[in-house]
Amino acid sequence: MAINKRHPLALFAILFAALGTTGVAYATVNSSTAPKVVASSETQVEQGKQLFLEGCSSCHGLAAQGASDGPSLLGVGAASVDFQVGTGRMPLAAPGVQAMPKMPSYNAEETAALAAYIATLGAGPGIPTAEMLDTTNAELALGGELFRTNCAQCHGASAVGGALSEGRKAPSLMNADAKNLYEAMVSGPQAMPVFADSTLSVEDKQHIIAYVAELQKNESPGGFSLGRQGPVTEGLFIFVVGLGVLIVAAVWIGAKAK
Amino acid sequence: MNELEHPTGDPYGAKDGKDLISGITVFPMEPHVPRKADIDPKAAIRAERQVATMFGLSSLMIILFIVAYVKVPANQLITIPVIGTLNANHLAIGFTFGMAILLIGLGAIHWAKKLMPDEEVIQERHALTSTNEERAAVQSSLQRGAAESGFRDRKIIRRSLLGALALFPVPLIVLLRDLGPLPGTRLRETIWDKGIHLVTDATYKKIKASDIPLGGLINAVPENLLEIEHEEHNLNQRGKASIIIVRMDPADIVSQQGETWDYQGILAFSKICTHLGCPTSLYQQRTHHLLCPCHQSTFDLSDSGNVVFGPAARRMPQLAITVDAEGYLIAQSGFNEPVGPSFWERG
Repeated sequence: MAINKRHPLALFAILFAALGTTGVAYATVNSSTAPKVVASSETQVEQGKQLFLEGCSSCHGLAAQGASDGPSLLGVGAASVDFQVGTGRMPLAAPGVQAMPKMPSYNAEETAALAAYIATLGAGPGIPTAEMLDTTNAELALGGELFRTNCAQCHGASAVGGALSEGRKAPSLMNADAKNLYEAMVSGPQAMPVFADSTLSVEDKQHIIAYVAELQKNESPGGFSLGRQGPVTEGLFIFVVGLGVLIVAAVWIGAKAK
Repeated sequence: MNELEHPTGDPYGAKDGKDLISGITVFPMEPHVPRKADIDPKAAIRAERQVATMFGLSSLMIILFIVAYVKVPANQLITIPVIGTLNANHLAIGFTFGMAILLIGLGAIHWAKKLMPDEEVIQERHALTSTNEERAAVQSSLQRGAAESGFRDRKIIRRSLLGALALFPVPLIVLLRDLGPLPGTRLRETIWDKGIHLVTDATYKKIKASDIPLGGLINAVPENLLEIEHEEHNLNQRGKASIIIVRMDPADIVSQQGETWDYQGILAFSKICTHLGCPTSLYQQRTHHLLCPCHQSTFDLSDSGNVVFGPAARRMPQLAITVDAEGYLIAQSGFNEPVGPSFWERG
């Protein structure tokens, strides 16, 4: 019989290899550095302008007015630059729908210089100060409510991210620090809408940041968390692995003894 | 292939696909190949021991289950490489109980495969129809029963019984009334009305138009939602009245569901997907697309909330807004069309 030519465990091995490959492919390098905030000065702005002309102007235009390859940076503010450059999203490795975080191309000093230069081009949200990021008085329950109302639809109830349309995605917040979170809310990077301090107050943001920090600490008491994505990954896992094991068992039961 | 003598052969069946009496091939079957345990007594004893070992291990697992249940603390966590952190008690009792039943199954299959006869035989089926005598006997006994019980002659009993049986299902139909009352206008109306303030969801603050940045998104509800107590279906109203507010460059607005329904590029739309009613606020500010996470229906908020992708059949209803004297956002009127998924009477 044809079924006897294959080792009974071959199917299981193939399933295991396929799952392993998918898992490794999914894992992405995520690193972020926290550049220290330095007071802007004329020399810093000048340095930022030089860096901008060398590294950014080919897409964003010589006066940061925007072009076909990159949006205008007039009025985006220092927070946006600090987020995009500080998390390595900018400069883009390749044009595409999604800017992925990676090792930053600029050090803390250069990032601060770029941010200072862009901030001079138009009023925009600045880099949050230490007091704005202080979550000692934050309320976790309110933070959870605000997170589920404003953030969970895209980033997921457990903040592990989720898919958007046309290849875009909302990234996981599991490795985001307080400053990243604040800057992202206030600047609205890529597809994300803007949650300005005027509509989502500084205190509201602190509640949310404290809640995300709590989510980041969450353990998975059930073992395999499968990315905490809910029924989709869990269903896929049990469909592939569970059915795979059952098929192997059925083949073994049906095989003739020698 | 050598034919082996099998004393247990079925005299009415076929062996190796051949009828035992006539020798004619009735069904092509692979010739029987004896297993090791069939010809080697040592192999048979080995297989017997393997089966007994599995059954014995199953018993051991049950003992371990009781030990684990008693001894392993209920809130002890352990970390296992690859799998992660687990509750030790759950792991121990689940593993032992699962292994116990698995080993019984494995032993039974191993027993059947190695030791029980594995010869394939064919046996003809008998005809399914009863004989004419049997059928006649059943018929006559039924007729005698009908006559002796008086069902045929006692007309008043027969008719009253038929009447009772005919009325018996009526209560089931009467009970259908409890599916009601009919929804009336509740599917078409929300608590939005002219002049009602838009307030932020969760924090219930009025929203100043000038505070909303370009590309901004606010999840909002009507201010009068707070006046409805939780017991009086506050959640039902929230489920219908939730909206999102977005702001885009007025030059980006291709069309709206009504003239001047926006306020300086600020647009308000229902948050309830027109497909199956999921909360839909995955707003992508660059493309002005609103994505529903349930079935990927996508609405273009810069173009009247029209459907650009997915299973939704209707555009996302827009709420006409303006500002009050102090610059806070208010509704121009309620929704012009029912929000949420289609329903039977809507057509």
